[in-house]
Amino acid sequence: MTADINPELYASVPDQHGRFGQYGGKFVAETLMSALADLEQLYREMANDPDFQREFDTDLAHYVGRPSPLYEASRISDAIGGARIFLKREDLNHTGAHKVNNTIGQALLAKHMGKKRVIAETGAGQHGVASATVAARLGLECHVFMGAEDVKRQALNVYRMKLLGAKVIPVTSGSRTLKDAMNEALRDWVTYVDNTFYIIGTVAGPHPYPMLVRDFQSVIGREARQQSLAMTGRLPDALVACVGGGSNAIGLFHPFLADDSVAMYGVEAGGHGVETGEHAAPLSAGTPGVLHGNRTYLMQDDNGQILHTHSVSAGLDYPGVGPEHAWLKDIGRVNYVAANDDEALTAFHRWTRMEGIMPALETAHALAYAEKLAATMSPEQHIIVNLSGRGDKDILTVAAIDGIEL
Amino acid sequence: MTRLRDCFQSLEAAGRKAVIPYVVAGDPQRDTTVPLMHRLVEAGADVLEIGVPFSDPMSEGPVIQLGHERALANGISLRDVLAMVASFRERNQHTPVVVMGYANPVERMGYGAFADACAAAGVDGLITVDLPPEEVATLNTELKRVQLDNIFLISPTTPDVRISTITAEASGFIYYVAVKGVTGAGNLDADDVAQYLERIRRTTSLPVCVGFGIKDAASAASVANFADGVVVGSALIDTIAKAMASGADEAQATEQALALLHDIRSGVDGVASAA
Repeated sequence: MTADINPELYASVPDQHGRFGQYGGKFVAETLMSALADLEQLYREMANDPDFQREFDTDLAHYVGRPSPLYEASRISDAIGGARIFLKREDLNHTGAHKVNNTIGQALLAKHMGKKRVIAETGAGQHGVASATVAARLGLECHVFMGAEDVKRQALNVYRMKLLGAKVIPVTSGSRTLKDAMNEALRDWVTYVDNTFYIIGTVAGPHPYPMLVRDFQSVIGREARQQSLAMTGRLPDALVACVGGGSNAIGLFHPFLADDSVAMYGVEAGGHGVETGEHAAPLSAGTPGVLHGNRTYLMQDDNGQILHTHSVSAGLDYPGVGPEHAWLKDIGRVNYVAANDDEALTAFHRWTRMEGIMPALETAHALAYAEKLAATMSPEQHIIVNLSGRGDKDILTVAAIDGIEL
Repeated sequence: MTRLRDCFQSLEAAGRKAVIPYVVAGDPQRDTTVPLMHRLVEAGADVLEIGVPFSDPMSEGPVIQLGHERALANGISLRDVLAMVASFRERNQHTPVVVMGYANPVERMGYGAFADACAAAGVDGLITVDLPPEEVATLNTELKRVQLDNIFLISPTTPDVRISTITAEASGFIYYVAVKGVTGAGNLDADDVAQYLERIRRTTSLPVCVGFGIKDAASAASVANFADGVVVGSALIDTIAKAMASGADEAQATEQALALLHDIRSGVDGVASAA
């Protein structure tokens, strides 16, 4: 925990160049620079436009179903005997995850820009589903890029996207996962930049994406803050969220950054264990570099080549992380830790059986760490975990790991 | 810095346009690149563009992506690429060599160390696809220290106000990306390119070369009318890859690529001598 928390510091990022300290920026091909400038200008106008904000809030209330509840997980909290664990139920959103908060916002921007075609990258498929959903609602053509490996392990979401009218393009280059899907989405965007809006699904990519995705997702933390005060009369002692690119974590953390009594834990995918090198935990074990339009922590070798990652959860299987997280790590405001595949799977089963809530495998990483953290705290203390998505999409993966054929 | 300037000055004096082939270092094999560089010069290349393989080549089409993948499978690093240029320089001190790649390998090496290593190897210029002017200031300081040219891309979507910002930072030559898209994609429209080059030339006296969409003698000739040079990459790499896939050995594949470059040279020279 840092000693001095300066509220103005957190409002000052990103700066006009899109930087969070040394991280962030706009590291893209020249062809995209004008599109990014146009998007930034529109977003700056819309962020201060009451009509746009009203439209966004109305969609969140009536289409997404916000506010999402804050739920006290009594049974597991009792069993642990430590801090009380509360869940911010983003799994109850329309489409089943926090991703839709952002796609609603970006789809409104696309509409204002008059773009008729949207593209998205997806790992677990949640962002792809959320993008296909808003595209269906607005009558936009939607192409979703998804690593061929992920197409296989997230078959249910692939079919959902197709039902929603989206075209899912399996990406066979590189490691055939999320990073390669993002490469391919950028290649598509550079080709069809005139008529296409790129809906980036996380707080990474070139400026202004890390900023606007954070702003759209911050509804999570704003609600959680009010709900905590209303339910318990005070702020939580700790926040826990899983971090792949980091959008659900930033969404929860951001409105609490200036509250120095609130500790924060971002949980990365430890895969087979950070010490094995087979993981997806750049903040825990990576080094700064440049990928996908921003400077951030990356998993890379000594020659600057991006390493293949491993995680049981497709949505965390990414070698980079949002630049704001890189900055929050360096200034010491957020603690970044890791949970391994096995720990996440154990948490998946335990929370399903003990609370009747089946978390996404991504989210299960946060739950696994929250259990450990709660055990070190007292029953008078509170933890809020971002229950970022539901686990229906993962049942085939879990069944396969458990050796069950469906 | 002087090699690129001298090259374009002597081309202009002779009424000729530059032919600039692009190959990925270490593709198809580690030890084929330096001999290929010499052969390309013999076949009419004025400047060589050497691709630094990267795991995530976001601006490349399928053909050059595969080139990067093959080179990485051969274990080629940025240091290896610079060693290849140094080896090329043992027999050729006059042909400018430009390295083209992505920011991260350079970031990883460190800007200062990279600039020194380039200068020591005999590199003349650098193109970094994902370092637009907004992000390049620190690196440019290092490049200027060792007199290395920084060659910027300008695209059909670059507005006039950015063109002048870019040309003010640039040296060596300007690389105009003729089509919106990735390398090897689409067909360029020569009239559009001609109009755009006029806008660039209003802001700079640097040579302007055109790449993306140059596939053969005809497309090269159509652009050489008004450009100072043409860059050809995907077509060459595809020729080598396809030849080898259909059973040709490395030498035969190279001959086919050199024949293509020779055609392009003829196309460009036909225009230049007619002009």
